Amino acid sequence: MLSQESLQQIDREVAKYPADQKQSAVMAALRIAQVEKGWLPQELIAFIADYLEMPAIAAYEVASFYNMYDLEPVGKHKITVCTNLPCALSGGVHAADYVKQKLGIDFNETTADGKFTLKEGECMGACGDAPVLLVNNHHMCSWMTKEKIDQLLADLESK
Amino acid sequence: MILAGVDGDRAWRLQDYLARGGYSALKKIISEKIPPEAIIAELKTAVLRGRGGAGFPTGLKWSFMPRSFPGDKYLACNSDEGEPGTFKDRDILRYNPHSVIEGMTIAAYAMGCARGYNYIHGEIFEIYQRFEEALEEARAANLLGADILGSGFSFDLFAHHGYGAYICGEETALLESIEGKKGQPRFKPPFPASYGLYGKPTTINNTETFASVPFIINMGGEAFLNLGKPNNGGMKLFSVSGHVNRPGNYEIPLGTPFSELLEMAGGMRGGRKLKAVIPGGSSSPVLPADVMMSCTMDYDSISKAGSMLGSGAVIVMDETTCMVKALERLSYFYFEESCGQCTPCREGTGWLYRVVHRIENGLGRADDLDLLNSVTGNIMGRTICALGDAASMPVQSFIKHFGGEFQYHIENKKCLVSPEVQYEGSQIYVSPSC
Repeated sequence: MLSQESLQQIDREVAKYPADQKQSAVMAALRIAQVEKGWLPQELIAFIADYLEMPAIAAYEVASFYNMYDLEPVGKHKITVCTNLPCALSGGVHAADYVKQKLGIDFNETTADGKFTLKEGECMGACGDAPVLLVNNHHMCSWMTKEKIDQLLADLESK
Repeated sequence: MILAGVDGDRAWRLQDYLARGGYSALKKIISEKIPPEAIIAELKTAVLRGRGGAGFPTGLKWSFMPRSFPGDKYLACNSDEGEPGTFKDRDILRYNPHSVIEGMTIAAYAMGCARGYNYIHGEIFEIYQRFEEALEEARAANLLGADILGSGFSFDLFAHHGYGAYICGEETALLESIEGKKGQPRFKPPFPASYGLYGKPTTINNTETFASVPFIINMGGEAFLNLGKPNNGGMKLFSVSGHVNRPGNYEIPLGTPFSELLEMAGGMRGGRKLKAVIPGGSSSPVLPADVMMSCTMDYDSISKAGSMLGSGAVIVMDETTCMVKALERLSYFYFEESCGQCTPCREGTGWLYRVVHRIENGLGRADDLDLLNSVTGNIMGRTICALGDAASMPVQSFIKHFGGEFQYHIENKKCLVSPEVQYEGSQIYVSPSC
């Protein structure tokens, strides 16, 4: 269900924990699976649980508790904009509005071509870099002026 | 200290850290065979207080660990930095990760831990990757792993990432998360020092706390204490965000006047007037401008003024800010992030958000402020962890200090600060120095 490369990455994570604590690697394993497949269907979560010798429900609990796991399909590029108070004071909400306007979608929506999904994020721990957004969970973009948002969307569009 | 002169591209590398005198504290401990008790005593002399928010004395915390306990003992670093306003640990890990590795290794030596984990906020995944690289560098140089520098002392350290849950910054939720579970806080007692990770004795400290340890060993506890003020030892990182000209991290001695910190951050944006400050992260009570301007930045002064130094996250709001709207956003955050385990918090944070939301949107009722105070009263002290209190304190303090503005909203169905002024005040702003 997952590529050899992903499985090797998961094995490296498992090795970080005591031999009888494989379940500790579930957060990393779900992340690795999501990177390969784009989102986490139930069968994939069950596969991860099996691989780590833990009950499927326990893996599902983790996948549904932490908000960066996607339990439904998302666009090719998921953009998460922080609108929490410190960011909002430096334009976080304006930046989010601008992305909405450019993409023609609201929060929790995906563009018709399936390229972009927009999410509202909670504090990313980078308030000094406001406005801040994440691309596909892992790449943080700081000080997002309208010009930089234009540039980012154009770059992602061509990918 | 921790961040002084380390903002270059390569400053985080082992070679650069060694050139700055890095790992000299660890080497000193190993070569002089300094006993663990002496290290803990030095921390107590330094009055290093936990930098994550609670301000608990680190030396005391370390002394709770049953050093002679024969089984496994664990060390955990809390880099799950998601308290709105706080962004210091990200910069420490980004520019000076080896100071954390060295601090944790010294801690492991002092408490007899063989294994540790650094729990890193999921949203800063690139920093997590960098920290993993720094760990590899340290292992390759035998500064980490088996028989460190031929001392016979072994310690291994790994990085574990979160994936979007504020609650994992609570220490027992963090342990649950490392165990591969939902991040729901545990009952205390038992405290982690007796029943922690995998049920074994565990000590958890904040990133900045660990990063301060090598400096204390090198300069001595007394000198560290004297950098700050009595009972508030050392330098501290303050994350300044909001309506200032230069948002960012500023490392200053504890006890520095707030007015000086504000000046370092470039002063008020557009020369506008200061209205309010949240001095220690979103969970700490808000303070009005005049109270804040008379404070110094240390645990005792801020506490005396009725708030908390917390994580040192200073959120600055100017006269264009609608306090009801500001509270509405914070209340939404706690509602969203409540783990759902305790009824008063799970239900209460929803009540708080919905009531503040209706006030902000012109649907407030005459008794809403009493209702909010009643809900906070029913949350506080009735939950397993502090998230319920953290959600309540902003509500209570916003009403206490800016009650008139809330009342105005309820009576006039609109903001005291006109929407146009608010709109201008919250425009996208990036400091020219970025």
